[in-house]
Amino acid sequence: MDKYECVCGYVYDPAIGDADTGVDAGVDAGTAFADLPEDWVCPLCGASKDNFEKVD
Amino acid sequence: MYKPIEIADGIYSVGCRDWDIRDFHGYSTYEGTTYNAFLITGEKNILIDTVKEKFGDELLANISRIIDPKEIDIVISNHTEMDHSGAIPKLMRKIGKDKPIYCSKMGAKNLKLHFNREFNFKVVGTGDELKIGKRTFSFLETRMLHWPDSMFTYLVEDGILFSSDAFGQHYAGDIFFDDEIGEEIIPHARKYYANILLHFSPRVQALLKDVAEMNLTINMICPDHGILWRDNPSRIIEAYDKWSRQEPERKVVVIFDSMWESTTKMARSITSGIESEDVNVRLMNTRKWHRSDIMTEIIDAGAIAVGSPTLNNSVFPVIADVMTYIKGLRPQNKIAAAFGSYGWSGEAVKILNKEFAEMKLDIIDDGVKVQYVPDEKDLDRCFDLGVKIAKALKEKLPKI
Repeated sequence: MDKYECVCGYVYDPAIGDADTGVDAGVDAGTAFADLPEDWVCPLCGASKDNFEKVD
Repeated sequence: MYKPIEIADGIYSVGCRDWDIRDFHGYSTYEGTTYNAFLITGEKNILIDTVKEKFGDELLANISRIIDPKEIDIVISNHTEMDHSGAIPKLMRKIGKDKPIYCSKMGAKNLKLHFNREFNFKVVGTGDELKIGKRTFSFLETRMLHWPDSMFTYLVEDGILFSSDAFGQHYAGDIFFDDEIGEEIIPHARKYYANILLHFSPRVQALLKDVAEMNLTINMICPDHGILWRDNPSRIIEAYDKWSRQEPERKVVVIFDSMWESTTKMARSITSGIESEDVNVRLMNTRKWHRSDIMTEIIDAGAIAVGSPTLNNSVFPVIADVMTYIKGLRPQNKIAAAFGSYGWSGEAVKILNKEFAEMKLDIIDDGVKVQYVPDEKDLDRCFDLGVKIAKALKEKLPKI
C-alpha cells in the first residue's frame, strides 16, 4: 500500500498506522490512506488529509 | 552586544539580546528575549544557530571577539524560524557561501523556502554523528517540536544538549544561567511551553521517553532563547514532563469581556461561587490580559469558564480572538462552561459551547445567559454555576 507524506514531513505508512507518533488516533496498522476518515489529521502537525502527497 | 561567555571549554554563547521586543508574533514578551547562538571552537569551528536578521552584525561582532568569523567551518541550523535563521544569509556571505550547513531534511527544504537560494546543505537525521577532533556532534530530529525542521544537537563528550526552542524562555537579562536566577525563571519557561509547545504535548511526552531511553548524560541544556540550564537541567526536563501531561489542578480560569459591565458582574459572581468551594480561581478580563498570559494560566487549570456578550449575533470579537488562540493550543482534560449577557438574540453562549465541544472539553452546564443587566436572581444563578464548576472539579480531582 502507498505511503503518503504530509507538508510537515510526516510519512503515513499504512503498514504502521499512526501509533508510532505518540498521538494515538486509533488508526490500526493495515489502514490504507484512502480509508482514513475524512476528518483525520496529521498526528504530528494537525494538517488535514489534503496536505498529503503520495510518496513515489 | 555582550561579551561572549565561555560556557564550557572552547564553547561560547555568542547570541544577541533583544531587550526591546514586547510582542513576539502575538506573544507578550514583557522582559524581551534572547536569540542564542553557540560557537564551538577547536580543530574546526562550528556555529550552532544564528539570530534575527537585524542582529546579524552584532552576532558577527560577538564571534569576532573569539575568532575571525571567516574561520567558521560549519554551521548547524537546529531550527528554521527566522529568529534563529535570519542572519544565515549575512553569515554565509561573510564566511563563504559554500561552507556546509547541517540541518534536518525539512530544515533544508524550509531554509530554501525562506531565503530563496541554495546553500551547501548536509542533511542529517536522528542518530547521525559528526566527529570533529575530540568532539562528537550527535543529531536528534524533533519534528514538530515545534516546527517540521526542528532538531537537537547533542555534544556527546561534553554532555551538552543544544535544544533549539525547547526548554527556552523569553527573557533578556544580565544573567545567563539557571543558578543565577533560580526559580524566578520557571514562570517564563511555563509561559513559553503554554504558548509554543502545549499543542504538541503528546510529542513532548514521546520525546522525553526517547531521550530517557537513550540514557544521555546531560550536563547542560542550551536552548535558543533565554537562560541556559547548567546547574540543574533536570529541573526543566521534569517541568516539561509535568506540563506535557496536562494534568489538571483544582484551579479555574474565568475569562470574560464585557460591553456594559453586565458580563463582568456575571464573571464576578461565578468567581465568588468557585471560591466558596475553596477552589483556586483567576479572573481574567480579555481587555486587560494578553492572550498569551491567559494561556499560561490555563495550562494547569482544571476548568475554564468563558463569558462573552453577544454582539451582532456572535461572540464578542476579543473573545473570538482569545478562543481561536486557546483552541489552536489544544488544552486537554478540562471542564468548561459559558456565560454572557445579551440584548435580544443572545447567540454567544451557544457558540462558545460549540467551540468547547470541538475542543473536546467537558461541558458541565448549558451555560448562563442574562438579558441586558443581571438582577440578584441572575447573579445567584451565576454564583451557582461557579459552585457547580468547583464541585465538578473536586469530584474529578479528589484530594488524596
